[in-house]
Amino acid sequence: MIAFLLAQTIAITGGTVYPVSGPKIENATVLIRDGRIAAVGTNVVVPAGATRVDASRKWLTPGLIDGAGVMGLREIGMVQGTNEYTERGNDIAAAFNVLEGINPASTLIAVNRMEGVTTTLAVPGSLGVPPSGGLIWGQAALIDLDGATIEAMRIKSPAAMVANLSEAAKDAGGGSRAAVAQRLRRLLNDAREYATRRADYRRRQIQDLSASAADLEALQPVLRGDLPLVVVANRRSDIETALRIAREYKLHLILGGAAEGWMIPNEIAAAGVPVLVEPLDNIPSYDALGIRYENAALLGKGGVKVALMETATENTRDLRQQAGNAVANGMTWDQALRAVTLTPAEIFGVADRYGSIETGKVANLVVWSGDPFEFSTAVEHVFIRGKEIPLRSRQTELLERYRTLPPKY
Amino acid sequence: MRHLSVAAAGFLGIALVAGCASGGTRTATAGSPTPVPPAAPPPAAVAQDTTREGGLGSQYPSSYRRHPNPPVLIRNATIMTAAGQEIQGGSILFRDGKIVSVGTGKWVTPGVIDVHSHLGVYAAPGTFAESDGNEATQPVTAEVWAEHSFWPQDPQIPLAIAGGVTTIQALPGSANLIGGRSAILKLIPARSVQDMKFPGAHYGLKMACGENPKRVYGQRGGPSTRMGNMAGYRNAFIAAQSYRQKWDKWNKDHQGDPPERNLRNETLAEVLRGNIYVQNHCYRADEMMQMLDLGHEFGFKIRAFHHAVEAYKIADVLAREGTASAVWADWWGFKEEAMDGIHENAALLQQAGARADIHSDDPGGIQRLNQEAAKAMYYGRRAGIPVTRDQALRWFTVNAAWVLGIDSVVGTLEAGKMADVVLWSADPLSVYAQALQVYNDGWLVYDRNDPAHQPKSDFSLGQP
Repeated sequence: MIAFLLAQTIAITGGTVYPVSGPKIENATVLIRDGRIAAVGTNVVVPAGATRVDASRKWLTPGLIDGAGVMGLREIGMVQGTNEYTERGNDIAAAFNVLEGINPASTLIAVNRMEGVTTTLAVPGSLGVPPSGGLIWGQAALIDLDGATIEAMRIKSPAAMVANLSEAAKDAGGGSRAAVAQRLRRLLNDAREYATRRADYRRRQIQDLSASAADLEALQPVLRGDLPLVVVANRRSDIETALRIAREYKLHLILGGAAEGWMIPNEIAAAGVPVLVEPLDNIPSYDALGIRYENAALLGKGGVKVALMETATENTRDLRQQAGNAVANGMTWDQALRAVTLTPAEIFGVADRYGSIETGKVANLVVWSGDPFEFSTAVEHVFIRGKEIPLRSRQTELLERYRTLPPKY
Repeated sequence: MRHLSVAAAGFLGIALVAGCASGGTRTATAGSPTPVPPAAPPPAAVAQDTTREGGLGSQYPSSYRRHPNPPVLIRNATIMTAAGQEIQGGSILFRDGKIVSVGTGKWVTPGVIDVHSHLGVYAAPGTFAESDGNEATQPVTAEVWAEHSFWPQDPQIPLAIAGGVTTIQALPGSANLIGGRSAILKLIPARSVQDMKFPGAHYGLKMACGENPKRVYGQRGGPSTRMGNMAGYRNAFIAAQSYRQKWDKWNKDHQGDPPERNLRNETLAEVLRGNIYVQNHCYRADEMMQMLDLGHEFGFKIRAFHHAVEAYKIADVLAREGTASAVWADWWGFKEEAMDGIHENAALLQQAGARADIHSDDPGGIQRLNQEAAKAMYYGRRAGIPVTRDQALRWFTVNAAWVLGIDSVVGTLEAGKMADVVLWSADPLSVYAQALQVYNDGWLVYDRNDPAHQPKSDFSLGQP
């Protein structure tokens, strides 16, 4: 039944397509069938019966991907009952996966997807300034912003394990960065030992390990390099600690925050480590006195793979503004578009399905009236998995109710 | 009432002329090769002097002096005046003489004004040591003044200057029903807050509705409810009424000893006299209606509701009351009273004839108020609400100046106004625009291309 409903063919015609994977294509047609992109180009034959969407003079890009947020996990920041994104009080929450905490009915989803964000990484903690506390936050899930159920939204879970070496992690190490790093190493050592001595562990013929069996089990794919480890680190020395530990344990590292990353782009690039950054962060704290607007651009220039994030999740839609400001501060426009589409798809291991407009990819697409980063640009159509998303939210309903006063109750 | 001599001395004439080269001008002086002399004499004192209240002598005066600067002429730029005109290929002269060479494609606006900032009182790096914004020891602290907390070496100040900001209202936080006096400041490098105080500006009184006072005091003596909030404001103003009457009588007849001074009532009495403007943090429409009633009960005006995420629901009332709304373009959802924020808030207010303003309440947002106003303008337009570029510009310039009572002095590019001027790399309503040069009272306080004019706070020296 679901397959039948999805078996719809849509042709978006006449627009300028920014595939991200290649140069822009003028006056192109994108054919969507069964939720996937069936064809892209200037010579695409539109089958009879296809729904046509006229995109002349419009721009088409892949749906935007937010590098980290708490979509579906935080309805109202100051109402604890609506917050699901942390396992509070647990410094080592490796077994905690956010997925079942996601609320597909969250009002934030409609508000943000109608502005062009179609996919987000739902993270077990906030990468904003300051980040959440704790050493191991847990497992993040990659989700599409459409679907009545968690299963329907899920793209990949877990998509990453998340750890924290920022100032906010210090309580998990008795008040010293050195102790935090040592605790992380002890944990990884214990996870290794656990993997080779599971039977001993069950018979309690092993010294005490520094985490529960569930957490040590959850760390195995990280130790194998199968599951990337996002490490939140902002101070240069913390970034270097993350690089050092990743080297020692051969981890698949992603840096989160990386506010002072601009000081050492070559080291980060040489380690092949991508970063998730928020371009509009520039307020100095003792966690990052060197924080600056040019971070994203300077990392990119240094050869680092950069994906962008908007950590104020209720306004994930401002990812566009983050990208535009990254350009204003030195990133190329092409790099910035990539940083909110194909690069995060690559970082989270789904670039075979997401992040560009290519045949065979999931049809997450946005039709814009112009440059997606400009305030003057409107979102005209949003497609998630080939389905056109109504451009409605409770905010558009409020507007209609109060557009003329007295309101229409 | 006393005239502040420094106020009059602080003005630089601004003269606008249309450029000769590009034509297409829209001013009466089109094609004129020479600057037009100021059409009107500079305003004298900005406002009633609020440093002399209740018959007392001068208190904590501004020691602001205009920085000595050479005259400046910016030519061949698009001048957005916030006074109804956008002049293509125009020039702007501060005094006469020296030319700042400007290529085409540059844009000029009045200096950006943020009516809601906690710079200096919640300074970076954001530790307890710099947390000086909320005197959260009792719910009514009308006696405290933000300027006594303000740290001029806050490293966030140079960042805001680089965003084109020339004037701020630094406010106490919103923990308290009545949080204290605001400081209206020229955003310039300075050793003391006194050197930044906008001469003659009206003090503001920070008041706060809703969740914050309830949250802070609910478990320690109250108020714990919105009705408790209202009772708190009313009790405070009842006391102030009586205090004001005693002082007004004594000032008139000087019979007997003067009444005993009371700092809290001194400030509130000035609100009742109309000399201090009420700047009211308030999110929900129904609560704003309550606060308007409070003002009616005690005979004061609320100058502006701040945050006001639901102002669009009562835009007609706010227009009638003459109360401005200082709003965000898109903040919503971070607390329950912010759930109904919509992009079209400012545009709907504008359409209803109410005064809209875009504010930041944020050390990040203050650096891009032009971007936030652009967002609010374009979302309004897309919803079919007409908003002109000039109106959007006013949201972070002259409307803000009105909220602070200094709109006769700053906020537009008009002859006689103080030369608070920003030169932009592109249309300031574009995401790609950056402030290239910022002039504060004619002083070049920021130049993106010249490290000699990129102020650094003491805090930032020797740091990464």
